[in-house]
Amino acid sequence: MAGKLLEVNGLKVRFATEDGVVRAVDGVDFELERGKVLGIVGESGSGKSVTAMTLLGLTRDKNTRFEGEVLYRDQDLLSLPESRLREVRGNEIAMIFQDPMTSLNPVYTVGDQIVEAITTHEQASKSEAKRRAVELLRQVGIPNPQVRVDDYPHQFSGGMRQRAMIAMALSCNPDVLIADEPTTALDVTIQAQILELLDRLRADFDSAVILITHDLGVVAEVADDIVVMYAGRIVERGSKRQLFYDPQHPYTWGLLGSIPRLDRPKPERLHSIEGTPPSLINLPEGCKFRPRCPHAFEKCIEEPELKNRVDSPGHLDRCWLSVEDKRRLRETTIAGEARVA
Amino acid sequence: MTTFIIRRLIGMVFVLFAVSLLVYVVFILVPGGDPAERMAGKNPTPDNIQNIREKWGFDKPFYVQYGLMMQKAWNGLMPGQHSQYDILRSFDTRQNVVAEIKKGVPATFSLCVGAGLIWLFFGILVGVIAAVTAGGVSDRLITTLALVGISMPVFWLGIVLRYFLAEKHQIFPDGGYVPLTQDPWQWFYHLLLPWFCLAVLFIGFYGRVLRSNMLDSMNEDYVRTAKSKGLSSRAVLKRHVLRNSLIPIVTLFGLDFAAVLGGGAILTETVFDLKGVGWYAAQSVGGLDLPPIMGVTLYGAFFIVLFSAVVDFFYAYLDPRVRPT
Repeated sequence: MAGKLLEVNGLKVRFATEDGVVRAVDGVDFELERGKVLGIVGESGSGKSVTAMTLLGLTRDKNTRFEGEVLYRDQDLLSLPESRLREVRGNEIAMIFQDPMTSLNPVYTVGDQIVEAITTHEQASKSEAKRRAVELLRQVGIPNPQVRVDDYPHQFSGGMRQRAMIAMALSCNPDVLIADEPTTALDVTIQAQILELLDRLRADFDSAVILITHDLGVVAEVADDIVVMYAGRIVERGSKRQLFYDPQHPYTWGLLGSIPRLDRPKPERLHSIEGTPPSLINLPEGCKFRPRCPHAFEKCIEEPELKNRVDSPGHLDRCWLSVEDKRRLRETTIAGEARVA
Repeated sequence: MTTFIIRRLIGMVFVLFAVSLLVYVVFILVPGGDPAERMAGKNPTPDNIQNIREKWGFDKPFYVQYGLMMQKAWNGLMPGQHSQYDILRSFDTRQNVVAEIKKGVPATFSLCVGAGLIWLFFGILVGVIAAVTAGGVSDRLITTLALVGISMPVFWLGIVLRYFLAEKHQIFPDGGYVPLTQDPWQWFYHLLLPWFCLAVLFIGFYGRVLRSNMLDSMNEDYVRTAKSKGLSSRAVLKRHVLRNSLIPIVTLFGLDFAAVLGGGAILTETVFDLKGVGWYAAQSVGGLDLPPIMGVTLYGAFFIVLFSAVVDFFYAYLDPRVRPT
């Protein structure tokens, strides 16, 4: 069954802090289809995690302001009362987090924590829930699950804990699985296993996945569509093909240049994007990437809107450069030769 | 489990030995500590003093004296008849030290168990309320009151309470202890003020510790996980925040409780005329009377060692990461 499962329109999240208002997310739109994987990519502080946590209302606080809407099954999750939102959390939209070492409570067994997720949403007896927990652990590839279910998190390795987190997230058959940097804290070999697992489970459970990462290499493996975020907004959006073969935004080029690739000549040094992401309290005027962009020109003092600028439908970006200029300039950027003057 | 207990028992013997030796050595070094001169009365002849010295064994080398004293303390603990000089006795009053401590135990236990329950209950309550309303009015009120409670000296609070509530307005009895077996209501009534007085400090302290523990826990990743599972905020608070924040409180409680049980509530017992172990300790220290000091110290050390073992046991129960595998 295809079709829109989740739709985010004009999402803005602001935190009032003592230093000023932090514009963590500043106008984000995307949609998610059933059975698809959406990758959200960006540096630390680009607003990707805040976006994901906001979908579940985990950023709700008296100092937080929201705008826009998050439509899921004809209801706006942003304005849904907490008690109703709780029924969605874990049940219809589940989330796994970056650090499996600290995301499980050390004083309860892994099984107890999965059982807790099941019994929160379903009328299941303890023993029935536990049987399901064992089955889930088996599905995510924990060996000897009927024994390991009674282990405590510290008896699991990092990769196993992330598998357990995934098992917990899948326990109520969610429609949407949000994975926030699920592989960042893991070894490279384990990363590949976890990604493979996510992809397989997406098919088995018919869930849609939002995969949040700073690593384009990770989304390259599993994502269908990709959103690139910078300073709380989307700078480029498109299918995986569009983004990898015809990237339009200089920030995307920077990200592409910062991963080693086998299909390109080995660069002298791996490229890094100069500078640091802007403060979300005092954002630069115009294009937010301008201060770090090697190709910025006069026009960039105005902020470009996110729209389709190439002859490929569904591929949106936020950059004033002409398509010809982009195609001409990007090879050198990706290869790491252009620098901010 | 068995090895744990055996290890602890052996450790306990060593600790008690070290503590007693330390007390003994300190006493020898303190000036004016010669017991024979003090026992001889106001105008003794040298013969008197010499006589006492020999009779009580004060002329023997100090390690022999120490050994004798430990032997006597042991005799005092054991049932059965012992002769006059075979039991640990006060130099001042010649009373059997072990018997005196035993006499004080009901008052001390009544005071400490009641106060302990009160401070544990209210400490947790106050801490939870403050943490949940962090930054709000009730949090600020509680935090300030807790600071006041911690800062108030027990002897001052005790005397003020006695003056206003027992003497000026005779709402409460003016000190003293009534055994539970004699009259339960009077027992309770007499202990209310001392309980409150002893608990205030700990309530403030525990409340503040728990509040900051809980605020730390609330930012833990596993709390975010619990929320993302769809648990109600009450369940998150109870099962994930409070459960994990209480672990350090257990440690604190075990050691504080052992300390007051072991005669540490000296001020409260003295202010309220509760003739418990703490009061006895205060009397003996005032009189530089070694045998009771030794007795009370060993009694206190026993509880400290016992409860630190109990704390370790509970700790392992509460936190699976420290369980031996």
